[in-house]
Amino acid sequence: MRAPLSWLSELTPLAADARDRASVVELASELDSLGLVVEGTDWVGEGLDEVVLARVLEIGAIKGADKIRRVVVDRGEGETVEVVCGAWNFSEGDVVALAPVGSTLPGDFRIERRTLRGVVSNGMLCSGRELELSDDHAGILVLGRPGAHDGSIELGRPLSEHLGFGLDVVFDLAVEPNRPDCLSMVGVARDLAARYGLPLELPEPSLEESGTPAPELATVEIEAPELCQRLIGRVLTGIRPAPSPALVRRRLLLAGMRPINHVVDASNYVMLELGQPNHPYDLGRLGGSGLKVRPAGPGETIVTLDGETRLLGGRPRRGDDPLSDKDLVICNAHDLPVGIAGVMGGQSNEIGEETGAVLLEVARFTPVAVGRTARHVGLRTEASVRFERGVDPEQMERAAARFCQLVVEAATAAGVPAPTVAPGIIDANPVPFTRTRVTLRPPKANALLGLELSPELMGDLLAPIGYERVGDGRPEAALELVVPSWRPDVSREVDVIEDVARTYGYRRIPRTSRRSPSVGRLDASQSLRRRLRRVLTGLGADEAWTGSIVDPGDEELAGAPGGFITVANPMAAEESVMRAGLLAGLMKAVRHNSAHRNPWVRLFEVGDVFAARPGAGGMLPEEHERVALVLARELDDAAGAIRAWRVVAEALGLAEVELRQEAVSAPRDDGEAEVDLRGLHRARSGLLVVPARGERAQSVIGAVGEVDPAVLAAFGLPHGRVGWLELDLVRLAGAPRRPDEAKAVSRYPSSDVDLAFSVDEGVPAAAVEETVRRAAGELCESVQLFDVYRGVGLADGQRSLAFRVRLCASDHTLADAEVAAARRACIEAVEGSLPATLRG
Amino acid sequence: MAPESNLSESSPSPASEAALDPRQLGEIEAEARGGIEDATDLAALEEAEREALGRRSRFSSLHRTLGTLDAAARKDAGRALNELRRRIEAAADERRAILEQAEREARLSLDRLDLTEVLPGPLPGHLHLVTQVREELEDVFVGMGYEIAEGPEVETDWYSFQALNIPPDHPARSSFDTFFLELGEPGAENYLLRPHTSPVQIHLLERGRLPIYAAVPGRAYRRDTPDATHLPVFHQVEGLVVDRGISFGDLAGTIDTFVHAIFGEEVSTRLRPAYFPFTEPSAEFEITCRICHGSGCRTCSMTGWIELGGCGMVHPAVFEATGVDPEEWSGFAFGFGIDRLAMMRHGISDLRSFVENDVRFLRQF
Repeated sequence: MRAPLSWLSELTPLAADARDRASVVELASELDSLGLVVEGTDWVGEGLDEVVLARVLEIGAIKGADKIRRVVVDRGEGETVEVVCGAWNFSEGDVVALAPVGSTLPGDFRIERRTLRGVVSNGMLCSGRELELSDDHAGILVLGRPGAHDGSIELGRPLSEHLGFGLDVVFDLAVEPNRPDCLSMVGVARDLAARYGLPLELPEPSLEESGTPAPELATVEIEAPELCQRLIGRVLTGIRPAPSPALVRRRLLLAGMRPINHVVDASNYVMLELGQPNHPYDLGRLGGSGLKVRPAGPGETIVTLDGETRLLGGRPRRGDDPLSDKDLVICNAHDLPVGIAGVMGGQSNEIGEETGAVLLEVARFTPVAVGRTARHVGLRTEASVRFERGVDPEQMERAAARFCQLVVEAATAAGVPAPTVAPGIIDANPVPFTRTRVTLRPPKANALLGLELSPELMGDLLAPIGYERVGDGRPEAALELVVPSWRPDVSREVDVIEDVARTYGYRRIPRTSRRSPSVGRLDASQSLRRRLRRVLTGLGADEAWTGSIVDPGDEELAGAPGGFITVANPMAAEESVMRAGLLAGLMKAVRHNSAHRNPWVRLFEVGDVFAARPGAGGMLPEEHERVALVLARELDDAAGAIRAWRVVAEALGLAEVELRQEAVSAPRDDGEAEVDLRGLHRARSGLLVVPARGERAQSVIGAVGEVDPAVLAAFGLPHGRVGWLELDLVRLAGAPRRPDEAKAVSRYPSSDVDLAFSVDEGVPAAAVEETVRRAAGELCESVQLFDVYRGVGLADGQRSLAFRVRLCASDHTLADAEVAAARRACIEAVEGSLPATLRG
Repeated sequence: MAPESNLSESSPSPASEAALDPRQLGEIEAEARGGIEDATDLAALEEAEREALGRRSRFSSLHRTLGTLDAAARKDAGRALNELRRRIEAAADERRAILEQAEREARLSLDRLDLTEVLPGPLPGHLHLVTQVREELEDVFVGMGYEIAEGPEVETDWYSFQALNIPPDHPARSSFDTFFLELGEPGAENYLLRPHTSPVQIHLLERGRLPIYAAVPGRAYRRDTPDATHLPVFHQVEGLVVDRGISFGDLAGTIDTFVHAIFGEEVSTRLRPAYFPFTEPSAEFEITCRICHGSGCRTCSMTGWIELGGCGMVHPAVFEATGVDPEEWSGFAFGFGIDRLAMMRHGISDLRSFVENDVRFLRQF
């Protein structure tokens, strides 16, 4: 909300002055500390104190100039000033605004003596825009015409005095949703008055009423008290719409509203000043002298003030909430909608030039109902925001009277006949408002805040913001409080405790510290995640963060089978499902880098993937945290991925994990979605499986290999081969580790035996290796594949696999015979159990 | 190296002069030393040694004359000759060491590698900046004795809103602000992408193990159109403390401790009133602007302060929803955006750099 300092100062005598920057900064800081966050501080009206009223005495041509003229003005007390002016919208005798030499206009525009075409200009005649009074820059500001009698014109008088406003400051305040009272000047002024210990001076309108009593001129009726608790009306006759006084227009503009005519302006002024939205109807055009509030029928329409046709009603009911499907309309006595209650009035009865009588509506609506209707019709207005958050139900009469007073004053100022205020109000009040009562226990408040305030002090802090104490006020264990009517947010003790803290000052509360009684540490899976991340960066991979809400098309390109978790309200079709895997996102990340001439990258990501729970719909989806590594450097391929996996397994101390290349689709072991080989190269990828053992079920912890070339093509990657490693973090955490018990290393020398076998292509090297290891038995320290060869000397469908077996005994140096026996055992085992032969 | 002038002084016995001509010894020594000094490589040195002490050397022939001397003179002369030999050998050793060193140097020089001509090899990768900041924050919380708690990104209405005292008509609960999921039959439970990490607070409270000292880092989702300062997917961290007698003063002190650990002791904090449905009293916390150190600049809109996050005392309604007695227990929560913090600390002008995954960006941190 935009709050001019001058307006606030009218309600409470603030010390801050727009001319004193430090005082304004101090005030802004207090607003901040009250929770009224100042998002902007704008100085306005610069120059208005220096610009003076002057009368045009003489206008003359300048030789050789056809755009500018020489103007002589009287700036009071017979002092004449000669200026050069380029505007043509005035004539001799007009009263204009003269910025003398030495004055400064908005935008730090300093007026200096200038010579144009040989004529000395001793100042400037100002336009509305130059003074930031209006957007008008077609000509200069003309404040009076000759002949028109205007007693307020006094030549030489500063423009600020003439207009009634000058240099000012406007605070742009962010008002929290729980403080609707501060969507008004009075509300902000009340908080400030309380903070500074100043009196709050509420407008107390006094009216001269005459003629026919209002209830005889119009009626009001409430059909839906669950949506509208009270509606009051005021009637004014003899209206002649005119412009509002300069000060009213100025304040509306500074607060961000457009002045229209004195009736509409008065309505808006009341809303800004008191926070009470209200609506003036042209009584003559209303059609039936009365207002009725009822729920809109399904499909009912209304043309609102902005000229749009709005469709009302017909919303589905939400749950068993009877208010959830209702839009509220204001109707005339013939039951025709004339306004959307609390949101916007209808066009049919807009106040215009011909308006002669006004029926003012001031109402109290159910906040959520207005909010829902506003959202339903897609209209968020100054009124709807205030109604939705809650308006003070006890100031309706004041607001109505204030409106009448402003209309009458404006008419007088404009020189039009003053309207007649019909005596009394028209009132429908089916649900009278009662104030909330709350018990505040000072010890509880002190304990929660960490303060030691006396009950008296708490009472003193709360009184200026409107809390009233019940009882004789003697300090008991508890304060019985009546909550101010303008604070719909306060319903229980803690709400009052917050007000105690706020009015006392958050910044004055002593800071204490409490130590946690426990030792903080990462849990096992969090530590694992961190170690894994570091292993992956050690492999040269940079960490990516790709979106989790993705394009279903991309997921399908990456081999996902569909059945995605769909976002009901996506922001774009390209971001409409939850990712089922990490492949698509990383493919796009590689593509991005490729497109920026960095194709050879390794990237990894840690993040959740989502899958529908098998079986019944409507269940919480499965969410699995995965880590995926994409290897897209030159020469990276499935072999690189395997090596990466071995680094990971070694670094994490994993044991027992098997690489299953042939099992393309492993059965689900526990019904949960698990890592699979979709999107991967069928013949160059495998699953990482912890096999079942004893009680333990089989667990697929990941996949390793190469991205399917079709996927690379689909994502437009130029790479020949791209390696891939994906792990499920929860399952990885559950995978068995190397035993943590130490095994003594032998002090005796070891012996190496090299064995090269010619092996059928169908036999995994791992099978040969395992056979060798078993055959070497206890003496086996390690078996390493050190050469793979295909070609000359080997039959088709065979390759040579060479292993180095290191043998060692823990308690003696191996004898040649032992080594020879072990070698024989290895050969026999391999040749005996596998389609493999020792190469000569 | 022994100076040559030592020679006469160290001559052991003037008595032997009668038998061996000391001048002759001096000549031999000088000649030998000359040869040794002149040797420029090890082969030449060997040759010089041979010339000085070898079988055909003057020294050897002199040595052979020893037999012709009487016993006493032989003893003296023998000693003198041995000492001469030792001196010459010492000089040769000394020279050898120098030459060996020079030869080694020469060999190494030939082996020179221009260390700047080495071709680039693989480098370690980089953790995402958001990960780095998150881990740093986690470490501070761990240091404060907090557990690190996590929860799912898909949540129910209860955990995201209801239990957090967020009223049904709150804008956050609308489909304008929060992503909802379509799962199975209509009318079934509303699943959504958590709009904050606070549902984990509810999980922690429902767990029923009190007191709680926990930090909750994680990913959250809001329907914000991506721009320089918004992403629909972002990271948050929040702290939750629930214990007996926890006060607003403890909250302010804890934020102080935390901010000092992250930003340094010179950074101050302050609280100002704010509104969140799940805390009361609620506050926003600010830290001194790190650009102007509090004197006011454009970054902090001349206030000297930068807003970091929200905080407050756990609302009794949240305790009531989770079966915790607000008369016995009290607590506070505070949270902020990890991405925003990273942005602020590293002068990143556009949040979208975080999700572009351009290695030219990722490798800077």
